[in-house]
Amino acid sequence: MTRFRHLVARDLLTAWRRPGDVLLVLAFFLLAASLFPLGVGPEPQILQRIGPGVLWVAALFAAMLSLDRLFAEDLVDGSLEHLVLAPLPLELAALAKCLAHWLTGGLPLTLMSPALGLLFGLDGSQIAVLAVSLLLGTPSLSLLGGLGAALTLGARRGGALMSLLVLPLAVPVLIFGVGAVEALAGGAGSSNALVLLAAFFLVALASTPWAIAAALRQAVE
Amino acid sequence: MAGMHALANPARFQRFSARALPWSAGLTAILLLVGLYMAFFVAPPDYQQKETVRIMFVHVPAAWWSMAGYAFLAGLGAALLVWKHPLAALMARAAAPVGAAFAATCLITGSFWGRPMWGTWWVWDARLTSMLVLFFLFLGHIALSRAFDSPERGDKAAAILALVGVINLPIIKFSVDWWNTLHQPASVMKLGGTTIHSSILIPLLVMAVAFFMLFVTLVLMRTETEIGRRRLEMAALAAE
Repeated sequence: MTRFRHLVARDLLTAWRRPGDVLLVLAFFLLAASLFPLGVGPEPQILQRIGPGVLWVAALFAAMLSLDRLFAEDLVDGSLEHLVLAPLPLELAALAKCLAHWLTGGLPLTLMSPALGLLFGLDGSQIAVLAVSLLLGTPSLSLLGGLGAALTLGARRGGALMSLLVLPLAVPVLIFGVGAVEALAGGAGSSNALVLLAAFFLVALASTPWAIAAALRQAVE
Repeated sequence: MAGMHALANPARFQRFSARALPWSAGLTAILLLVGLYMAFFVAPPDYQQKETVRIMFVHVPAAWWSMAGYAFLAGLGAALLVWKHPLAALMARAAAPVGAAFAATCLITGSFWGRPMWGTWWVWDARLTSMLVLFFLFLGHIALSRAFDSPERGDKAAAILALVGVINLPIIKFSVDWWNTLHQPASVMKLGGTTIHSSILIPLLVMAVAFFMLFVTLVLMRTETEIGRRRLEMAALAAE
């Protein structure tokens, strides 16, 4: 457990010393979301209607941005080989990397989402459900993204390829995430969608670390 | 199982496929001819959809075998990762584009069918959407297996992706169904409403077997090509 904590702390420290990386993700999230009113027009009804979907899609793309540095730098400087050889099981090391990725990506996005919700004229309960859905959904994105990053280590044109791999797998997260907020407008409770989102996270939590570890072993071989 | 391991040897596979290919190709041609004849001339036009219902005889088999094709891809992935089955990698390389082509056929014929029936080329119907996602999963597999300088690395990465994809596919299917009921009521036709009459069912089954044989034939041919390609690469490396 200590080793797990050290690994998370190391990645957080790296991110802390280079705050530009995290800020870039947040700036992209803000930029992508604010392009939509320019694209579809400033009518408040339309913006309130599409707001949850736009914010979720923007979050999905923003989560893809920071993935390329998840394992790539460790591969270049050789620390990935140490991770593979270290006494901490590689599955747990993969989980630690994904947790650090979420803490420096998904969590800031979630914290920032209420402000963007206001830009789209969402009301209080919509904003609250959106934030909760992002809180439950973005960890799954970090896990699936970690898998994409591990699979494409050393690949040609890795970035675009990673999106092609990860985004189809992330379709359920998007659907349940947006569905939670939409259910609010339909009069139904959003708890169904939130529970499904949490269930997806648990399945991803139980399965992706094995796949990421297998992919990392192939990459180091 | 024993048969599968016996075929792991590429040379043995080539002997097997050289004998099997003429038969599977011939059977494919005969079944396609019979199936298409039945689809066009024997099956009656639908009382509502008129002649356009005949698109179904291509559309539905393509959908079935593209889905089965992804399961096959995952099975090959498991064979590669668990038993280091050398032929599985080559066969997966061969099968993925065929599966993608079947999925694309399903989407395109569905679009041709949708235009006269629903008055639009595309509906965000649950089944259409999950087939589109399946198509993307095939594309991801193809792109990943060819993205590395070392083909072995691409094979193994794509095998892991196929296994994760096959676990995720039912979840995607469920989520898309769930999303669809949330967004739009059943404005689209329902196939399961009436039981299918044998005059439609028999041509459909013939076409389904024909498409299966087509899949087998194309995969066998493409696997041979992949074996040849890998040998050429090895020879080129050895010559350097």
